[in-house]
Amino acid sequence: MRGRTARRLVGSAMTGVTYGAAALAILPLAAILGMLILKGAGSVDWNFFTKSAVPVGEPGGGFAHAIVGTLIIVGLACAVGVPIGVATGIFLAEFGGGRFGFTIRFVADVLNGVPSIVIGIFAWTWLVKPMGHFSALAGGCALAVILVPILARTTEEMVRLVPNSLREAALALGYPRWRTSLQVVARTAGAGIVTGCLVAVARVAGETAPLLFTALGNEFFSTRLLGPMAALPLQVYVYAVGPYDEWHRQAWAGALVLIVLVLALSLVARAVVRAKRQHA
Amino acid sequence: MTDIPATVLEPEAGPQPTAEERWRALKTVSPGDVVYRTVLTVFALLLPLVLVTIALELGVNAWPAVSKFGFGFLTHSTWDPVRGEFGALPLIVGTLYSSLVALVIAVPLALACAIFLTEFAPRWLRAPVATLIELLAAVPSVIYGLWGIFVLIPLLRDHFWPVARHALSWLPIFSGVFYGPSVLAGGVILSIMVLPYIAAVSREVLLAVPPSQREAGLALGATRWETVWTVILPYGRAGIIGAVILGLGRALGETMAVTMVIGNRHEVSASLLQPGYTIAAAIANEFSEAVSDMHLSALFLVGAVLFLITIVVNAVARVLVWRVARGSAVGSTAI
Amino acid sequence: MTKTFAALLAVATGAVLLAGSAAAQGSIRLTGAGATFPYPIYSKWMLEYHTQHPNVEINYQSIGSGGGIRQFTDHTVDFGASDGPMTDVQIQAVNGNVLHIPTVLGADVPTYNIPGVTQQLRFTGDVLAGIFLGQITKWNDSRITGINPGIPLPDQDIVVVHRSDGSGTTYIWTDYLTKVSPDWAQRVGKGTSVNWPVGLGGQGNPGVASTVKQTPGAIGYVELIYAVQNHIDYGLVRNKAGNYIQASLESATRAAAGAVATLDPNTDFRISITDPDGAQAYPIASFTWLLIPKEMSDATKARTLLEFVWWATHDGQQYNEGLSYARLPEPVVRLEEQRLKSVTVNGKPVLPANYGRGQRGR
Repeated sequence: MRGRTARRLVGSAMTGVTYGAAALAILPLAAILGMLILKGAGSVDWNFFTKSAVPVGEPGGGFAHAIVGTLIIVGLACAVGVPIGVATGIFLAEFGGGRFGFTIRFVADVLNGVPSIVIGIFAWTWLVKPMGHFSALAGGCALAVILVPILARTTEEMVRLVPNSLREAALALGYPRWRTSLQVVARTAGAGIVTGCLVAVARVAGETAPLLFTALGNEFFSTRLLGPMAALPLQVYVYAVGPYDEWHRQAWAGALVLIVLVLALSLVARAVVRAKRQHA
Repeated sequence: MTDIPATVLEPEAGPQPTAEERWRALKTVSPGDVVYRTVLTVFALLLPLVLVTIALELGVNAWPAVSKFGFGFLTHSTWDPVRGEFGALPLIVGTLYSSLVALVIAVPLALACAIFLTEFAPRWLRAPVATLIELLAAVPSVIYGLWGIFVLIPLLRDHFWPVARHALSWLPIFSGVFYGPSVLAGGVILSIMVLPYIAAVSREVLLAVPPSQREAGLALGATRWETVWTVILPYGRAGIIGAVILGLGRALGETMAVTMVIGNRHEVSASLLQPGYTIAAAIANEFSEAVSDMHLSALFLVGAVLFLITIVVNAVARVLVWRVARGSAVGSTAI
Repeated sequence: MTKTFAALLAVATGAVLLAGSAAAQGSIRLTGAGATFPYPIYSKWMLEYHTQHPNVEINYQSIGSGGGIRQFTDHTVDFGASDGPMTDVQIQAVNGNVLHIPTVLGADVPTYNIPGVTQQLRFTGDVLAGIFLGQITKWNDSRITGINPGIPLPDQDIVVVHRSDGSGTTYIWTDYLTKVSPDWAQRVGKGTSVNWPVGLGGQGNPGVASTVKQTPGAIGYVELIYAVQNHIDYGLVRNKAGNYIQASLESATRAAAGAVATLDPNTDFRISITDPDGAQAYPIASFTWLLIPKEMSDATKARTLLEFVWWATHDGQQYNEGLSYARLPEPVVRLEEQRLKSVTVNGKPVLPANYGRGQRGR
């Protein structure tokens, strides 16, 4: 048996260690944001948000086509993926005890590990090739395939964390099972599910590889869902590997905007979660 | 989730019925329930459907390589697109090795973060720090890659290694000349990328530990650290293992950031300082420029291998979780 | 939960509505995809062409040469682009319905980082092959010092840096080494990605350039454009005539001129111009090609595409220097004109026989 002082000392030391770990974990974020601001902030101006690409060597080009493109493609991915992901997650939590649930869970984890470029090829084979042209829709579906397993597993975990006592209380009040599940369980887990959506959206919003063979990218401003469409990560990637200083500057600016976009999304959702909590 | 009322009287011993078992115990089933369950099942069935289609597609496209190279594909190290000879051993080893390095670094850090956020941090600090850590997950891969090239690699080569060399160079995993792009750099980048996932899920798991457990620990005279170590962590063990697996899954398939820092060399080396390669990186690097059909087929085949590795990892993980969770009645619901 | 869900759905629906409201305005849209190397100039051309012809939107995306050939074969694009010509087997796969149209010239340069050496190094094909084969491992090897008299080369290990991604840049580099070194041809060969005997792989031109810059003793190869635009120093390479040539837009154009001087007028343009004749020709250069169908079905699209390609190979060439691309030599353009006029829709030529008269000499 160790003495009381020694135990206290260990306790303080380990507390210190966890403080250190948290600081260390945040350090890369600060370093990355710092670098992006340093290199990109100077090029983020009004034109950047309102203009589309201009030929190299001419001033005033922007990322408007890519920003709108990313919003549309991610919106499509959500429209397709969020219902499937959340429904699958609730299914796994509420009915997923048996062999079937086990299989679905397994499938979700495996899908999660499929390289994103393979998913791009999959979407290309099943959407682009039959349709005969590249499209934003195909890009959205490719991203949805990435989004669904992440969302399903997070939703499941969040729903499972809801205490059984709540379920029982609802049932005791005469709610049928489905209403209990939807209104009590899913609502209680809602904040967690929203966080899951965010993690998933943040993950897919920055994906380049699955869009390469689906949405393809576009130099021109386009909102046609059935045509090639620009996306921020695609444009950033193309400009980053290009040879011109001007493009590199724009790539940094695009990267900064991409991060801020994701960050803003995340903060807005947090506000929603907080409001919800006060409501409940 | 702090607004969830805690059940004060948790049964301490004996298996607790799972949610499903409790559901099943209910005799009343309304028509709405049947519809509800059917709708959810149909949605859930979409996942295997997609997976099977992807697997079929991988299989069909990989078949020429399978029939040409057979099992030797997994054991040979030559990757020669010009002569159409392909062996995936370096890719497989590199994928597992870099992910392992990432977990070795990230798991302790992420756990410490989760403990910090749930147990030790002052209340006003918890939300902002949790947000910041989760934002790490939002940083796109390609940006990590850029940061890796310009910040991490010079840091490792010019500041870490000159100091660490004296202490570490006798280890086989730290042998050879260090140029920068390496398995080590890849592993470190990956560790930063998987940390937020592991930390966030672990945090949720620890938050779900009922306050009664914590109070019981403290009431028995344990310090806060001892309560964490002896009560809270074991309680959430299964969930934490789940978090680590989530991180591993992410690390195995990670592409852009890794390829930018790992050196992309088709060679098996035990040394962390040597360049390596991963399956996902090779696919991303070569897929769009692959001209010959055999090259493409070989890339599909490594894709299929990654697919299988993911399946094996998940199977192993499930057995582990099952073993861990079997003894303890609680915590298993987090998985 | 429901609220957030509704919000997400609203965003998605909004996106769909927005898309629906922006109906097509009768403009002609063409899509092309492929090679990464010419992406900057293609992008410039297509945006410039749009300003001159506001109803034409030609969208080109760099998905890689292999991708370009495959999309062209699968008819998911109106035209393809590639840094390496299609093989006979690939041409069979499209029933021979393809024209290779050279658009611009690219060149590769050797770049290096040797501490204490600021002079421009000289290389020969043999030396470059020796280094990239791992046979020359020190910077003070007599084979290097022999052609670089007076430069104090250190006793330092050579670290080879190559492209890890499949790329046209690698194709040009290995095509050259294959021509000048039988050993290289036998052990490695040419391709967009090869089995490198030694070295580190960098992702893209920036990956190679930054690895070379940050690694003492490193040597790599990057596109001339990339080297010029990013002020990267590079070495001279000896050509067939025995002269050490500084890579430049002019010396690359001379390479093409040297190579096409003896060209068959009916050539399909699938030719390699590395290691060419010509006293001032730079030896590591190559065409990059647009892939267009010989026979098309949509008359409007066909006419638009051909007019654009015509413009690109004539008026469009004026933008080349500004972006560090080498111009096509005049004889090549003359041959291409014939080829473009041979394109048909339902068996009828798309461009009139006198198309382009009066536009010459710009």
